[in-house]
Amino acid sequence: MKIIQKYIKKKRRDMHMSFKKAKKYKTCYLFLAPYAILFTLFYITPVVVSLCLSLTYYNVLEPPEFIGLQNYINLILADDVFLKAVKNTFLIAAITGPAGYMAAFLFAWFINELPRYLRAFAVVVFYAPTISGQVYLIWAIMFSGDAYGYINAFLTNLGIINQPVLWLTNPKYMLWVVILVSLWMSLGTGFLAFVAGLQGVDRAMYEAGYIDGVKNRWQELWYITLPSMKPMLMFGAVMTITQSFGVADVPMALTGFPSTDYATQTVVSHLIDYGSLRFEMGYASAIATLLFITMILCNRIIQAMLRRVGN
Amino acid sequence: MKIRKYLKRSKPNRSRVGDAGIYLLLIFFGLFMAFPLVYAINGAFKPLDEIFVYPPRLFVENPTLNNFQDLFIIMGKSWVPFSRYLFNTVFITAAGTAGHLLIASMGAYVLAKYDFPGGKTFFRIVVTALMFNGYVTAIPNYLLMSRIGWVDTVWSIVIPAFAAPMGLFLMKQYMEGIPDALLEAAKIDGAREWRVFSTIVMPMVKPAWLTLIILSVQNLWNTKASNFIYSEELKTLPYALQQIISGGVARAGVGAAVTLVMMIVPISIFIISESNIIETMASSGIKD
Repeated sequence: MKIIQKYIKKKRRDMHMSFKKAKKYKTCYLFLAPYAILFTLFYITPVVVSLCLSLTYYNVLEPPEFIGLQNYINLILADDVFLKAVKNTFLIAAITGPAGYMAAFLFAWFINELPRYLRAFAVVVFYAPTISGQVYLIWAIMFSGDAYGYINAFLTNLGIINQPVLWLTNPKYMLWVVILVSLWMSLGTGFLAFVAGLQGVDRAMYEAGYIDGVKNRWQELWYITLPSMKPMLMFGAVMTITQSFGVADVPMALTGFPSTDYATQTVVSHLIDYGSLRFEMGYASAIATLLFITMILCNRIIQAMLRRVGN
Repeated sequence: MKIRKYLKRSKPNRSRVGDAGIYLLLIFFGLFMAFPLVYAINGAFKPLDEIFVYPPRLFVENPTLNNFQDLFIIMGKSWVPFSRYLFNTVFITAAGTAGHLLIASMGAYVLAKYDFPGGKTFFRIVVTALMFNGYVTAIPNYLLMSRIGWVDTVWSIVIPAFAAPMGLFLMKQYMEGIPDALLEAAKIDGAREWRVFSTIVMPMVKPAWLTLIILSVQNLWNTKASNFIYSEELKTLPYALQQIISGGVARAGVGAAVTLVMMIVPISIFIISESNIIETMASSGIKD
């Protein structure tokens, strides 16, 4: 009894303390309030609702019916397509994620050393695929399965193939085409943040570095540039994770939906399948939740790795 | 001073071979990245017979404006004037970006520079929310919008854009780099929080908010909003254009023109903002 009383007393004191502290930081809350209110309303609420829905059977017409973990059990044990989608997604994410992240940084870094106007031009060229909306549809023409497709025409002229390859409908090639196009688009948000971040690194640090005996560009990168870019690297990593696990538009636009033999089904396209076509919202929410958990785990691992940079 | 200048010019720790290698790499990948854009630009000016020529050609031979003319004719025939779609999209993009910039920067500022109760937790939640897939929250979002009565209004797109997690995250990461001493000096001089924010913090992170503008414009400009907006006169440009392209092969030329038209705005905004980023750097004197 005494312990409980003591505990309550302590809690109350803690609360009092943090209340006092909060009062001191009144302006902080005022500054954060507009964002916090809108964010809670439009981002947190839907996520929480969706988490709850993942435990129900919900077809949008009838009210949701609680079924416990049944959706998750079905997903993992009974849904072959889902397992295929997981495999594809991991493959895409494992290739485009790290490659895109590193490419984004390296290109941003190389470009940063160019003379001013050349640099501006290079940034436009490299960022263009990301900024131009649906231009990736051009790849559909490039990889078109008839003899008019650029890739097919090119390979035929070289004599490598003698009949057109069905790049976008033959399960043998589909996933690789999707990975190629995703890589092409993967510089993305991170690249831009890196370009701006590199501009913000203090010049004096480099000069100090020269005097302290930094020998080549790679040492400079590891000891000076990377450590001062940590917040940017963190931002880039999170954006890369969301991008590489969220691949769906590209495969859906290029290889059709559903794709031949589900060869390019990803977790998100599976989710769209159940969410927007079959109207099984509970099931779709369960897919989203699993994806969410995976991404958070990935994020943890990457953040732990980034902490070691420059040490 | 002399040493400094020398160091800056020649970069003593760079090898010529390395420089050459990097240039080659950049040129090679630059071509790869730019290729589809070149294709899109050329395609928009190709007459119909060139679009279907075999073997396909990258560059246009007899450039024509027919595709754009056709686009305007189709647009002119549509029930709702083209300018209305354009206005909708411009309004959504401009209002959404402006609000997002202001509100997210304010939040980011206090999160980056003060350690107040709940701040860290809130930031962690924002980063986490970034990873929740938008397709599933579409239904709860719709239910929410219909409760507040925002379905079929532009507010259903504009107001949530204010609180997009990405902007806050980006701004906070940059603002962490501002030295505390600078802000304290300003406060000792008697500046109130808002003044510090608007006259010291924001100018210092100009590259960051130009980046935020680019990202936000890019997002909102391509919004189809087909989940929330139903009335014809509120539809966005991408939505209307998509309906035009759905005509198939006969509209292939127009489709190419549409692709170019949709690309032009984000790319121009990008180029303008980007040259601004470089200019701030040049004039601030901190950087090269």
